[in-house]
Amino acid sequence: MELAAAKMIGAGLACIALAGAGVGIGTVFAALINALARNPAAQVTPFAFLGFALAEATGLFGLAVAFLILFVF
Amino acid sequence: MAIELHPLEQFTIERWIPIHIGGVDASFTNSALFMCAAVAVAIGLVVLGARRRDLVPGRWQSVAEMSYEFIAGMIDDNVGNEGRDYLPFIFTLFMFILFGNLLGMIPYGFTFTSHIIVTFAMAAVVFIGVTIIGIARHGFHFLSFFVPHGVPLVLLLLLVPIELLSYFIRPFTLAIRLFANMMAGHTMLAIFAGFVTAMGIFGFVPLGVDVLLIFLELLVAVLQAYVFAILTCLYLRDAIHLH
Repeated sequence: MELAAAKMIGAGLACIALAGAGVGIGTVFAALINALARNPAAQVTPFAFLGFALAEATGLFGLAVAFLILFVF
Repeated sequence: MAIELHPLEQFTIERWIPIHIGGVDASFTNSALFMCAAVAVAIGLVVLGARRRDLVPGRWQSVAEMSYEFIAGMIDDNVGNEGRDYLPFIFTLFMFILFGNLLGMIPYGFTFTSHIIVTFAMAAVVFIGVTIIGIARHGFHFLSFFVPHGVPLVLLLLLVPIELLSYFIRPFTLAIRLFANMMAGHTMLAIFAGFVTAMGIFGFVPLGVDVLLIFLELLVAVLQAYVFAILTCLYLRDAIHLH
């Protein structure tokens, strides 16, 4: 298989990791909505944004691997 | 329908004033210009905001005070009293990354935080600084950070390498988190912008998506600066309090 073709396939496969990011972000905000619904005065929103950023980061590590495969090797 | 997309061209570094010192290329690039602009905006915000010392602040003074209070509150919550010494560093870090990200959102602006070398330099400074602070405060006792309390010896053989790995991966995750968010965001904006002209009459669909993406990217710009700063505070807390 040509290197260019293998790179394309590899980059596409690496992007499957973003599914985990989607699930994680949905979980974080579901928990936020639950918490605020039970207790609207709770100050959990900063933690929700921190959790969102950390969950998204993991998905973007997968995207970084895709970029690595496409443009570095 | 051949779409000529070059979404990664926006990240190229252009040397505007070539400067070579010895063998080192120290040219003034577009990245350097936006770094200077971010510093200028941050200094301008704080210096101009602190001009008047009203007890009930006007708008500009309010913004400067709120940004200081935000970082000071973050450090107080996460590091405690000893963290006050590091407030200037974390404030600078937060402002630099925040304005770096936000200036990149200006059309035709350059996002200097979308380069891994820039984010890795910042993350390496944070990691090395925090490790030195930990070793300076605790000496050899700093190594007890990697050995959790009350764990049987058999599990320790597995746990200590994992703890070491998760510690040494911190600069990389800090750097890649910011870099990947910025690069992926701007690449997506460029790709959808490319679709607008290629889809003819239906070009308003990718345009609408692009508008929504710009809102998302503004949120991500602020959020990533906040996450970098708060993770620095948390790593600092680990180094100072060792738990």
